[in-house]
Amino acid sequence: MCHQTVGLVQGALEEAGIVTASITLLAEISARIQPPRALAVPYPLGFPLGEAHNPALQLRVLRALLALTERDDVPVLERFEP
Amino acid sequence: MAELKDLSFTLRAFLKAYPWRRISPVPCARRDKPLDRCRVGLVTSAGLVVPGDKPFDASVKGGDYSFRVIPADADLAQLEEHHRSSSFDHSGVEADRNLALPLTRLAELAAAGEIGGVAPRHVSLMGSITAPGRLVKHTAPQVVDLFAADGADVVLLVPV
Repeated sequence: MCHQTVGLVQGALEEAGIVTASITLLAEISARIQPPRALAVPYPLGFPLGEAHNPALQLRVLRALLALTERDDVPVLERFEP
Repeated sequence: MAELKDLSFTLRAFLKAYPWRRISPVPCARRDKPLDRCRVGLVTSAGLVVPGDKPFDASVKGGDYSFRVIPADADLAQLEEHHRSSSFDHSGVEADRNLALPLTRLAELAAAGEIGGVAPRHVSLMGSITAPGRLVKHTAPQVVDLFAADGADVVLLVPV
């Protein structure tokens, strides 16, 4: 349900002109909701940035997410390759 | 990647039958400046709350659609987690709030000049909202107003 909650708020932000990108742990669900830009990460529910106390990995995910904000071919559903 | 086939039968059946809200048409805002000039905000669905702020209410039918503000300078380790869902492992976020609200990482990117800055306020929701009508009608516009007032150019959203 988190993915829908986040996706709907994301849609509203984007509609208002704020550029957005979200992480998704369930690409199958995100494909149905269609947020403007989503990054599918290979981690279990509860671990969207990868691992606790792994700043290097968390930064990589964050940078990939930020890079997505350049895209305007929405909806974008990109896979994160760690 | 979490996949539907890995989840419990009950949860999987629910998620398959659930009438997901589809965003259509998909809006597209264009970033008109480089990232190193963008102010970045965060939205988490982990149900994090600043100590002393009102907890999320797990008893609200259809899900607590309210939101909490997390200031950029909040002490992450002190944030309380109120997510009601038992369908995910809470241990990661318990150990490191950056897993769901990467404020420390964002500050590091700002310090390194990779982004223009960190927005002064961020937003926490509790994701288990099965009836999202009030979220869309009441909460989403307030979240938009908050980030617009703070001059956020980019908002990153993190479900758990």
